[in-house]
Amino acid sequence: MEPQAPSDVSPQAPRVLAVASPDHTLRDPYRRVSAGVGLIIAALVLVVVLPLLNVIGRPLPGTEDVGAWYWISDVELNLLGRYLSYALLALGLDLIWGYTGILSLCQALFFCFGGYCMGMYLSLQTGAEGVYESTLPDFMVWNRVTELPLFWQPFHSFWFTMALIVIVPSLFAFIFGFLTFRSRVRGVYFAVLTQALAYSTWLLFNRNSMNLGGTNGLTNFKKIVPTFFGHATTFRLSEPGVQRGLYVVTALFLVAAYLLCRWITRSRLGRVLTAIRDNENRVRFSGYNPANFKLFVFTLSAALAGVAGALYVPQTGIITPGKMSVAASIDMVIWIAVGGRGTLVGAVLGALIVNAGYSYFTTHFAAYWPYFLGLLFVAVVMLIPRGLIGLPAQLRERLARSSRRGQTE
Amino acid sequence: MHEAILQTENLSVSFDGFRALNRLDFSIERGELRVVIGPNGAGKTTLLDAICGKVTPTEGRVLFKGQDLRGLREYQIVHLGVGRKFQTPSIYRDHTVFENLELSFKAKKTVFSTLFAQRTPTLREQIHRILELIGLQNKSGLRAGALSHGEKQWLEIGMVIVLDPDLLLIDEPVAGMTDDESEKTGELLKSIAQDQAILVIEHDMTFVRQIAKTVTVLHEGALLFEGPVDEVQRHPRVIEIYLGREKGAHAQH
Repeated sequence: MEPQAPSDVSPQAPRVLAVASPDHTLRDPYRRVSAGVGLIIAALVLVVVLPLLNVIGRPLPGTEDVGAWYWISDVELNLLGRYLSYALLALGLDLIWGYTGILSLCQALFFCFGGYCMGMYLSLQTGAEGVYESTLPDFMVWNRVTELPLFWQPFHSFWFTMALIVIVPSLFAFIFGFLTFRSRVRGVYFAVLTQALAYSTWLLFNRNSMNLGGTNGLTNFKKIVPTFFGHATTFRLSEPGVQRGLYVVTALFLVAAYLLCRWITRSRLGRVLTAIRDNENRVRFSGYNPANFKLFVFTLSAALAGVAGALYVPQTGIITPGKMSVAASIDMVIWIAVGGRGTLVGAVLGALIVNAGYSYFTTHFAAYWPYFLGLLFVAVVMLIPRGLIGLPAQLRERLARSSRRGQTE
Repeated sequence: MHEAILQTENLSVSFDGFRALNRLDFSIERGELRVVIGPNGAGKTTLLDAICGKVTPTEGRVLFKGQDLRGLREYQIVHLGVGRKFQTPSIYRDHTVFENLELSFKAKKTVFSTLFAQRTPTLREQIHRILELIGLQNKSGLRAGALSHGEKQWLEIGMVIVLDPDLLLIDEPVAGMTDDESEKTGELLKSIAQDQAILVIEHDMTFVRQIAKTVTVLHEGALLFEGPVDEVQRHPRVIEIYLGREKGAHAQH
């Protein structure tokens, strides 16, 4: 847009720049409708079509049949289910980093809080089906723990576990955020603090004395037994149908989280968040207390990460402290940067694409993945700062600029 | 009956031993438009910072509508009725002009009230009134970052007005403006000063003459002189330390 001559502000000024939509926002109503349709289609494909293809394209058992050409194999669907749980985490990280401008390097920690809650529940469900046929999880048997530690007790209950999956990470984030945001810890200092937090917790979880399986983490999960209205139903994790169900649940959670985040970012609260990113000082003098808003998104992002971790664990079959390493949190930031900061679709896409790349690389040239990821990050930051989602707009602008230059010459 | 809306008593602010404000006693009445002038480093911006809670006084106190502001956070002081415009335009550049005003609009500003906030007819009406007042009615849907410098200054003044404060603190509103824009800004401030008290900091003496009735001159963090604009310009000490210096500087060019 051309800058206006300063004298052009009288009421009689020509309406050169009168691009105002009825609600005075920058969004184009046509694009909004088509984006809405696109989202419904994407949701239907993820939640209904893909699992359906997994059912109907299935090869006949006991034959040489390799399945229909459109068959999504159990392995592929399971892998996608894990990526979707990462995408769920990415939504929360995008709220805090992309929208509010606060770099949090401990999202993997919140993911693991949710994941370990689920892992503890699943370990207890395994019970006497474990290697040592003891009611205690296997690692406790080799660590000569004879009695279940008290903090494990709540995880006998399915619904208690479901509640703790949300409560543990969000309460932790709330307390940490309360202390840091109130004292106006910002920018790189906040990032370093979260990193230190992630590192020290990682060290703790590696210790056997924590009774959380040490470096080996929690594994050997057999079944989920949710109770609905007093009826317990057993779902065995080894069955493809149960894994498909977990996939569908993950996809549904992702859709729900997307809608929640979309509602938040389009509310006035969402505009306050981006305002904090752009000009926190002005936000104070507009009468808002930025600390409360930051605390809200940080806690919400932790809750989303916790849910994501809990959905990830039964689909993967293991949770170890490696998942909460500092590097894991940094990887997550790269997903968002690749997909596009400050757009929800970008966060989801980034998580899916980078993780698909990870799976591809580790099967074909395993040793080069870290180099590739590093290169990717540098390339994105230098060449496409708005990420893949912003790439079309960036190309359009460049085209417009070069054609304008052509005209003036 | 004259009633002070703002009063500073024995107000001092020190930074690492440097006294930016030195036992300043100062007051403004309701509905008054007051201009504060003074050479660089006289403590003008520090005075605004101390009023709006950006810095904490080392000594003395600030009373707003009789209430001591010590210990209150910036946003709390805003809710008491003090609005602040900064020297360089401080706006939300990635939001539209309308959204800039909407975010500042006087409302409950907790996390949950903003999550459920709606654009009520009152809000739209108020914002359109302000848009007309600041001459940006045709640019409400434009990204604020794309405005010219003068327009950004007006938008920020609009953002302060829409808070509906009882006292507006305005730091160098016409810096970087053309003469024409500067005059319009003067008219704008005069028109709002009827209901609200305004404290303006400015260097531009043409602008000061346009808007001011009473001028306060600060020097080295303390009050040097206070009186009608004509008297200020005749006052020998003021000429010596401030106006004279400026004239001297002009003569050299």
